[in-house]
Amino acid sequence: MKLTDISNDINEWFDGSGPLADIVISSRIRLARNLAGHKFLSRCSKDEKAEILDKLKNVLMSLDLGDKVFYISVDKAPTLNRHFLVERHLISHNHAFGKGPRGVVIARREFFTAMINEEDHLRIQVLKAGCQLSQCAKQINHIDDMIEQKVNYAFSPSCGYLTACPTNLGTGIRVSVMLHLPALKMTDQIEKFFNTARDMSLAVRGLFGEGTDAASDLYQISNQVTLGVSEAEIVSQFENNIIPEIVEYENAARNRLLAKQTDVLDDKISRAMALLQNAHLISSQEALFLLSHLRLGINMHEHMGASTPAIKRLCTLCGVGGKEQQGLSIATINRLFMLTLPAHLQLNYGKTLDSTHRDALRAKIIRSALNQDTQ
Amino acid sequence: MLCQICNKNGATIHLTEIAEGVRTEMHICEQCAAEQGIAVKSHIPINELLNSLLAVQPTDDELAGSSEKELACPNCGFTLDQFRKAGVLGCPQDYEVFEKSLRPLIEKAHNGKTTHCGKLPSKTSTDAKKQIELLNLRRQLDSAVQSEDYELAAELRDKINQGQK
Repeated sequence: MKLTDISNDINEWFDGSGPLADIVISSRIRLARNLAGHKFLSRCSKDEKAEILDKLKNVLMSLDLGDKVFYISVDKAPTLNRHFLVERHLISHNHAFGKGPRGVVIARREFFTAMINEEDHLRIQVLKAGCQLSQCAKQINHIDDMIEQKVNYAFSPSCGYLTACPTNLGTGIRVSVMLHLPALKMTDQIEKFFNTARDMSLAVRGLFGEGTDAASDLYQISNQVTLGVSEAEIVSQFENNIIPEIVEYENAARNRLLAKQTDVLDDKISRAMALLQNAHLISSQEALFLLSHLRLGINMHEHMGASTPAIKRLCTLCGVGGKEQQGLSIATINRLFMLTLPAHLQLNYGKTLDSTHRDALRAKIIRSALNQDTQ
Repeated sequence: MLCQICNKNGATIHLTEIAEGVRTEMHICEQCAAEQGIAVKSHIPINELLNSLLAVQPTDDELAGSSEKELACPNCGFTLDQFRKAGVLGCPQDYEVFEKSLRPLIEKAHNGKTTHCGKLPSKTSTDAKKQIELLNLRRQLDSAVQSEDYELAAELRDKINQGQK
């Protein structure tokens, strides 16, 4: 299996489907585990890391996940491929550019990945589209059980699963959802979201995890407390308290835009359309930023029946509501969004490009997708 | 509440200063805070967090006997000083070796919690499972008492007594 087999399309969890998908883009749960009888990675020699990698790789490749799995040796992969895996959320930045023997096992449909030798010996994650945390929890628990049949995890009755960093101790669980919050941003209320997250002991990160900006109004929130609460309690808090509250804030902001600030809304959508349809050079950051406003427009039309002048034009452009229901859907926006990220662009083009050539290629792909729909 | 400096944006940063026994409060927006040179970090890198937590720990170390400070883990050779720099531990055994020094940090990182109450590996022995179950019941009993749900508390107490037999 080659990366170019998947680089031409979006992954399943990013297709704009699933519950509450107009605001909750995706749900993710990861578990951190370490093997009993081995040191943590910071104290492992290269040979010991290779031994752990080999052991876990064999176990993971033998699991029945209901999908084909493939393995990538991250330390041996070319830089571009590593960037691609990060853009695709299949591995973390630390894993891509860390040290020593390490790898990743990926299910072909990308709902499951297992990073071997990241900060912990093993980090498994399950991703799904929209708000589907319970389903993620069920699936990852099952996979974890299957792995545990074949290895011994480092575990203590009082501290739980022992992790390299005490911040992951206990359940080793990180529950996170990716949220699209453009209206809170437009109405200058994003602070309200940050404060809520902080009050609930949640971490807020940008699109690509720790230390990245919230490009495209996408934010990831995740739990920080992993000890003294059960996995089920954490998931339930997200599903019953955290997500509904934030979704309510964003919906209220969207309603406010529609009722009182139509000019602000229409200005953003119109500018985004004009630039994306006409630009000849566009940076990744700008494209993400503008595509976010198109996504907002389409979602407001589909979920709230909004039809301001700009949204009407956007819908004509998109074909949303037309007889054929074809054209620019949320899935297409997401496709443009992911396929125009730097590593995706270059991998699909077949060679590395400097930033000007990337900006030109990106603009061309977006122009052709948006203008095609008007024909 | 509006920012006290620009009177335009909402105040999202609330500063309380106590100097020479006098308490002053300031409510300002992020923009004005930045202009005043007040850094606002929504996310503290883990290393910084660990450093700040461990830095305020000498008294705890002393309480625990300064032995842990000089100690190296017999299994991996790791020391607390190395943990302070790296932010990660050397081996699973470190949690036992440096238990007293790590405890405040673990409490801080997990909202005061120090005992696991989630999933157990299926290979866990029956005795250990029983022990963990009791720990969980005690935790539930504490929160039942705290929320004054005495009916539930009595039920949990019976279960604990039953489990201890």
